[in-house]
Amino acid sequence: MRRLIFIVPILVFVGLTIYFATPLLRGTDPSLIPSPLIDKPVPAFELPPLPGYQKGLSSGDLKGQVQIVNIFASWCIPCRAEAPALMTLKNMNIPIQGINQKDKPADALEYLKELGDPYVSIGMDIDRKVSIDWGAYGAPETFIVDAEGRIRYKQAAPITQDDIDNTIVPLINKLRAGK
Amino acid sequence: MIPELGQFALVLAALVAFMQSTVPLVGAARGNSRWMAVGSSAAILQCVLILLAFAILAYEHIVSDFTVENVVENSFAAMPLLYKITGVWGNHEGSMLLWVTILAIYGMLIALFGSNLPRGLKARVLAVQGMIGLGFLGFILATSDPFNRLLDPPADGQGLNPLLQDPGLAFHPPFLYLGYVGFSVAFSFAVAALIEGRVDPAWARWVRPWTLAAWSALTLGVAMGSWWAYYTLGWGGWWGWDPVENASLMPWLAGTALLHSAIVVEKRDALKSWTILLSILTFSLSLIGTFLVRSGLTTSVHSFALDPARGIFVLGLLVAATGGALTLYAIRAPSLKMGGLFQPISREGGLVLNNLLLTTMCATVFIGTLYPMFLNALTGKTVSVGPPFFNATFLPLAVPLVLALGVGAMLPWKRGDLIGALGRLKFAAAASLIIALAVYYLHSGGPVLAIPALICAVWLVGSAIAEVADRIRLFVIPFSHSMARAAALPRAAWGMTLAHAGLGVMVAGMTGTALWTEERIQAMAPGDSVELAGYQVQLKSVGPVQGPNYDAERATFVVTDKGQYVATLAAERRTVHPQEQAVTNIGIRTNFFADIYAAVGEPDPAKPGAYVTRLYHHPLVPWIWVGAVIMVLGGIVSLTDRRLRIGAPSRRMANMPEALPAE
Repeated sequence: MRRLIFIVPILVFVGLTIYFATPLLRGTDPSLIPSPLIDKPVPAFELPPLPGYQKGLSSGDLKGQVQIVNIFASWCIPCRAEAPALMTLKNMNIPIQGINQKDKPADALEYLKELGDPYVSIGMDIDRKVSIDWGAYGAPETFIVDAEGRIRYKQAAPITQDDIDNTIVPLINKLRAGK
Repeated sequence: MIPELGQFALVLAALVAFMQSTVPLVGAARGNSRWMAVGSSAAILQCVLILLAFAILAYEHIVSDFTVENVVENSFAAMPLLYKITGVWGNHEGSMLLWVTILAIYGMLIALFGSNLPRGLKARVLAVQGMIGLGFLGFILATSDPFNRLLDPPADGQGLNPLLQDPGLAFHPPFLYLGYVGFSVAFSFAVAALIEGRVDPAWARWVRPWTLAAWSALTLGVAMGSWWAYYTLGWGGWWGWDPVENASLMPWLAGTALLHSAIVVEKRDALKSWTILLSILTFSLSLIGTFLVRSGLTTSVHSFALDPARGIFVLGLLVAATGGALTLYAIRAPSLKMGGLFQPISREGGLVLNNLLLTTMCATVFIGTLYPMFLNALTGKTVSVGPPFFNATFLPLAVPLVLALGVGAMLPWKRGDLIGALGRLKFAAAASLIIALAVYYLHSGGPVLAIPALICAVWLVGSAIAEVADRIRLFVIPFSHSMARAAALPRAAWGMTLAHAGLGVMVAGMTGTALWTEERIQAMAPGDSVELAGYQVQLKSVGPVQGPNYDAERATFVVTDKGQYVATLAAERRTVHPQEQAVTNIGIRTNFFADIYAAVGEPDPAKPGAYVTRLYHHPLVPWIWVGAVIMVLGGIVSLTDRRLRIGAPSRRMANMPEALPAE
């Protein structure tokens, strides 16, 4: 009987470990923080264009077709990492709208020249106010917006080929097919 | 070339750690003294190699070598030198390297200063240390290489997270890790004792100084973290029950319990298997602390590593260390001999109560921190368990702990006389009541809760003094005799008095800030004045200033008391380059009894020229950290006790009655 007491700690520990391990082993990525804005209309906003560009970005531009909205900045190294993935999406004829966060216009232009410009249009969010309305913690963050202008997906991490193949393209195809 | 050398040193250190964790263990099992001696040489060599790797990473940061990814991500050429150095551990990879560096230093210290340990025990302890080292070196090499190079190095780095560019936080991780990792020694001793199947007072005497050192460092580390939170985050809170704060509080509570139960093993040869279990749990909680921060399971301002692969690796380490140790415990602990018996009302009984309360408090924090994660794991729902939960569960346990502490310290070993002990505490009890009521009256009221809280605070200090007075028989025998007795008291006794009194000072600080804080949040334009706790606070001016790596708006406040000048406070809202992150820098004026605290926010859109300002009056808040420092001093004084320096009595002698006076 006395022996049994000494087994209690390891049993409790095994129980706790199973609880703990579940979210990790299930592959729930904590960086995919669920956005409370999912399935909500995009916040109303209007952002000016980069110098030399015709058009900025406003919430009105996000209606009518399924689109990607990508928050980026020239100072953000992960954004550089995901730049090729954005070009891949562009080449798949998926429109991408850019929100340039807290950037100096000259740096942003340099960045686009260096890494290519996958964006249909870009709005300059110098004071980060609009990014905050989108619930963005930083950059890069990527959203998928449906034809009615509702946010359907958010990713708070650089896009990888894996994300494109298994998440982004399937979802966009589904949304394009109507619901 | 140099970073590769660092990486190579880590690989070598891992190989040495592997040797350290196997050869001495086999040697101890076979009684081969040469094999056992490998443990010491390996521990020293491992420490030298890891120190080399750490020095190389520090060098890369200091010279701003932007071919190294870790430097690019956490440093910036224009950053002040101090933060280039502290930036070494201000990130995931570097902080893990700091972790193993401290572990290796402890290992080396055991090897160097453990010459009076029995050879078999020393070999086994070092082997267990080697296993922990191997696990964490493997973690670094597999998932968190600090020496990773970039093929296309940028011209400048991204800079250290501006929140970390602060002296309080810069030195918080080293002390925290000195504490966390220091408990690994108690863990290794516990596992070694389980392998040997023997725990005796000599064992406890070796374990106690290590635990005491780790506890002191952890106390300081936690206090620094809370001080940092108080003066940087801009809302004047010093403890937010944030998961990462709780992660450091849990090993502290368990370590405090361990510190006390080890006394019982040392003095009375009792509570042995419980002390072993506490050693395992305390280090496991340190590992959980590392796990919580490193896995990204908690969403909190502190967590800078969001990488599930790392989480799984640390979880694996935790399962191997804790699971292994607890399995060993289940098998071997029942065969440990039961020790001395004691009555419930005795010093031992008091320490058992202390342990029960501390471990229950620890369990409360554990549940409150992890319950939201359980729920998330089971249902996918995200909830947050906030301060109300902790206040409702933690405080009701803390109050009996505090009240019993004064009495327990008065009780003799084996069998005590509760009435007699209470009788000797009557002055302390009366003093707490009178002082609490007097302070409450002088402060002209406030929540009634302040009275019991103040009674607890004064009681802690008063009973600590009463205990010393009783020992030296102050006012009972001639004063000079009392002084002679005081000089002869063991340092450990003074350490206890200091630590307990420090806790009292801390409780007073918590009470003041929790119950008497005044705050004013408003829009102020230059020239506007606000009344705060009897002072007039006027916003004099707001203007731009430039720092080495930030631009700021500085608000200058002038504090006056009935027209008399008191202080000028400067609060800034900084934008730190190159991250363009906003950081508040607050202005504080302290007079030791209270802080006046000012923070400036965004311009108010509704009122041109006005800024949102937050002004606080925090009575007694400095006492929280003064109390913590007194507690740490208590730990240090106790560490200098002669009996710890002259080493443990030999095992044959250990069963003889204690020669030293019982404390």
